[in-house]
Amino acid sequence: MTIEVRNIVKRFGAFAALDHVDLKVETGELVALLGPSGSGKTTLLRIIAGLEWPDEGDIRFDGEDALQQGAGERHVGFVFQHYALFRHMSVFENVAFGLRVQPRAVRKSEAAIRARVHDLLDLVQLRWLAERYPSQLSGGQRQRIALARALAIEPRILLLDEPFGALDAKVRKELRQWLRTLHDEIHVTSLFVTHDQEEALEVANRVVVMDKGRIEQIGTPAEVYDNPRTAFVHAFIGESIVLPVEVRDGRVRLGASDLDLAADGAASGPSQLFVRRHDMDVGPVDSGVLRGAVRRVRTFGPVQRADVALTSAGGETLIEIDTPRDRRLAPGDVVGLHPRRYRIFAAEA
Amino acid sequence: MGLTLTWLSLIVLIPLAGLFIQTADLSPAEFWAIVTSRRTLNALKLSFGLSLAAAATSLVMGMVVVWALVRYRFPGRRLFDAIVDIPFALPTAVAGVALTALFAEQGWLGAPLAALGIKVAFTPLGIYVAMVFISFPFVVRTVQPVLQDLEAELEEVAVSLGANRWHVVVRVILPSIAPAILTGLALAFARAVGEYGSVIFIAGNLPNVSEIAPLLIVIRLSEYRYADATAIAVVMLAAAFLVIFVINRIQRRAQARAPAL
Amino acid sequence: MAEAESARAVRACEARNDALTEPRLVRLGIIALAVAFLTVFIVLPLVLVFAQAFREGIAAYIAALADPEAQSAVVLTLTVAAISVGLNLVFGLVMAWAIAKFEFAGRTLLISLIDLPFSVSPVIAGLVFVLLFGAQSALGAWLIARDIPILFALPGIVLATTFVTFPFVARELIPLMLQQGTQEEEAAISLGASGWRAFVRVTLPNIKWGLIYGILLCNARAMGEFGAVSVVSGHIRGETNTMPLLVEILYNEYQIMAAFAVASLLALLAVVTLVVKAVLERRLAEGRRQRDH
Repeated sequence: MTIEVRNIVKRFGAFAALDHVDLKVETGELVALLGPSGSGKTTLLRIIAGLEWPDEGDIRFDGEDALQQGAGERHVGFVFQHYALFRHMSVFENVAFGLRVQPRAVRKSEAAIRARVHDLLDLVQLRWLAERYPSQLSGGQRQRIALARALAIEPRILLLDEPFGALDAKVRKELRQWLRTLHDEIHVTSLFVTHDQEEALEVANRVVVMDKGRIEQIGTPAEVYDNPRTAFVHAFIGESIVLPVEVRDGRVRLGASDLDLAADGAASGPSQLFVRRHDMDVGPVDSGVLRGAVRRVRTFGPVQRADVALTSAGGETLIEIDTPRDRRLAPGDVVGLHPRRYRIFAAEA
Repeated sequence: MGLTLTWLSLIVLIPLAGLFIQTADLSPAEFWAIVTSRRTLNALKLSFGLSLAAAATSLVMGMVVVWALVRYRFPGRRLFDAIVDIPFALPTAVAGVALTALFAEQGWLGAPLAALGIKVAFTPLGIYVAMVFISFPFVVRTVQPVLQDLEAELEEVAVSLGANRWHVVVRVILPSIAPAILTGLALAFARAVGEYGSVIFIAGNLPNVSEIAPLLIVIRLSEYRYADATAIAVVMLAAAFLVIFVINRIQRRAQARAPAL
Repeated sequence: MAEAESARAVRACEARNDALTEPRLVRLGIIALAVAFLTVFIVLPLVLVFAQAFREGIAAYIAALADPEAQSAVVLTLTVAAISVGLNLVFGLVMAWAIAKFEFAGRTLLISLIDLPFSVSPVIAGLVFVLLFGAQSALGAWLIARDIPILFALPGIVLATTFVTFPFVARELIPLMLQQGTQEEEAAISLGASGWRAFVRVTLPNIKWGLIYGILLCNARAMGEFGAVSVVSGHIRGETNTMPLLVEILYNEYQIMAAFAVASLLALLAVVTLVVKAVLERRLAEGRRQRDH
């Protein structure tokens, strides 16, 4: 099932939670809505589910107008951050809920319901917990049950709102993998909201980066990481070094000095130079376009991270760079720096 | 600490103990004879039976009031919310005379009801009305905060699973607040059984017909039949403690199953 | 085209409300039922009290209240309330403090015992004092022999009132003090404050609104108590009749207007109590919000 979001606007009072949003999700995709809190990602998800209504715009499922249908008619599975399991029902009954509330005419027999629930519990590998109550489960188990419950109605679309947000780091990582595998298995069109870039990049086929009610960029994880289209995306995804620069006639100036860098077609005016930490090459003093003094060095794993004070920046600017461990640095070293890859965006007004 | 316990014992425990010591003077046979005498039995039946009916009514009307106050917006909502506490704050004697005047045959409501052939004041029906008056706020005030705090997500998830409104209310909302509802019911019942002031004016107080157990205690006391008064009181106390015990069990079970997730 | 568009909008509106709220008719029905119920059961009786009190005019109303019997009932009620509230204030504070700040065996039992008077019929509350201090008991006989009046006198009324209002102050304070914990006092004491100063400067300001709230409810109940007081007072006219008891006597003597005049004072007390309570609840909620931040 494809999802088409056309020109959606949603206001809460004077605040525009969604500001003319367009998005198309293809059948079987697993798409992440990524953004800081308040970016409108959850509102978009709730509008697709039918839990909120847009002020303007259209939602289409396979070309058909979804706004004509209530949340219950859309056959959308929804998973909440805090699970929203029914406390007074056993795990089995939680999963069976969607099957039991179907109109009598289409409701399955008790035996068929049991079989289906057991299949789903097998799918999430928690059949042994069928008779427990939600309060007796761990967070990760609760979220898997919530997912099984959503899948029980054979949803055309699966929507997950910060599905791993309430879990601790280790469980979150495991569940991420597990969701990825599960999606490969069942292939239902899925959309999940997260503010965790690692989660989005690792799990999704495509990532939708949102900020202030607008979509900043849509692309594969590699695209949004390697070719961020806006300053926001560059700053939000991955760790970046940001230097305030001035573009003049195709030249890039930092303070008083002219950096020997191509402006990449950036327009003249105050701009920002973005470099990934690990894209900053370190060499002898006169190699590279920048010069700096190493202030502090720490190493963990394969990475050596150094605080470097740029001396060519006029004043003193401290940046953090990552270099491989074999390139030994020590406090006091004066080094030359050269951005291997970089992007220049116009500074925000 | 010593002071606290002493104070508590002084004011609560010793008097209650006195009550039971007094009872102990009675042989079991005497106790049984008093409790099963026709007048006592009728008074107890009337008190417990009407309290049960009143608590059930309070449950239904209390839920209607709670639902309207929590789920809907309407003009005067805050005012109506505030006056739910009137039966708590209004002295029971005042409530008693007011309800009696209201439902008496010439009263504002009594007159139209009398025209329909319904007599409220000075009948068991009047006792029931007074009991509903003093007991329904317990249901409202017990259930209201719980319904208010019930996560909207539970309803949303049920809807997205295809449940219609009826299913959402009956299968999700009501079971989720059931412990609070039962607690409210028990509190309402306990209050109705023990109520004196607001009931005796409207009751008519005819022995065996409209005489409640607390009134019979007062009558026995005024006749200096302390043993009789005590025996009735013990039965009522036992019932009250039973109710409290049940409430605690309900709450503990609900907490064990559903602590805040 | 425009019609199709508006039909679409109407359907979208229906779909939106489908399962997240009740149909409009049901909503209106529930609101109407709730409002009707509250009006019949609460507004009407309250209005009736004042209507009856003033039905013979203001002069008659004032005359009814100026009656010596009414005057003595007002004085007695105020006296009893002052003593009972005072006692429960002091001991409620001490008790809440002990429960909140110390761990000891039986703490839970103690907390549940505090609420006990709420679950005992007021008549039974009165009865236990009659059994304890009546002429038939050893203690009662001893007191009577020494001419110390308890029953059918002020001390008995105060005792019965204190019993039924016992939980109000403590039960408001315990959750407040438990939530607050002991850290602030410990900090104050570590800074050199004495225990008493720590209590006055640190504990008291924090529980101020809860304390006033408890006193308010305690006072309302103390002035309005009927069942328990009725059993122990002896109904001696002009001496041991509190206002609620006087309402009963006047009503039974068919002095309906006078009964409602006295009742109107008590009803006014209830209304004022609820208004002040609403204000205090806002303060308490603000206090909670401040602590949360």
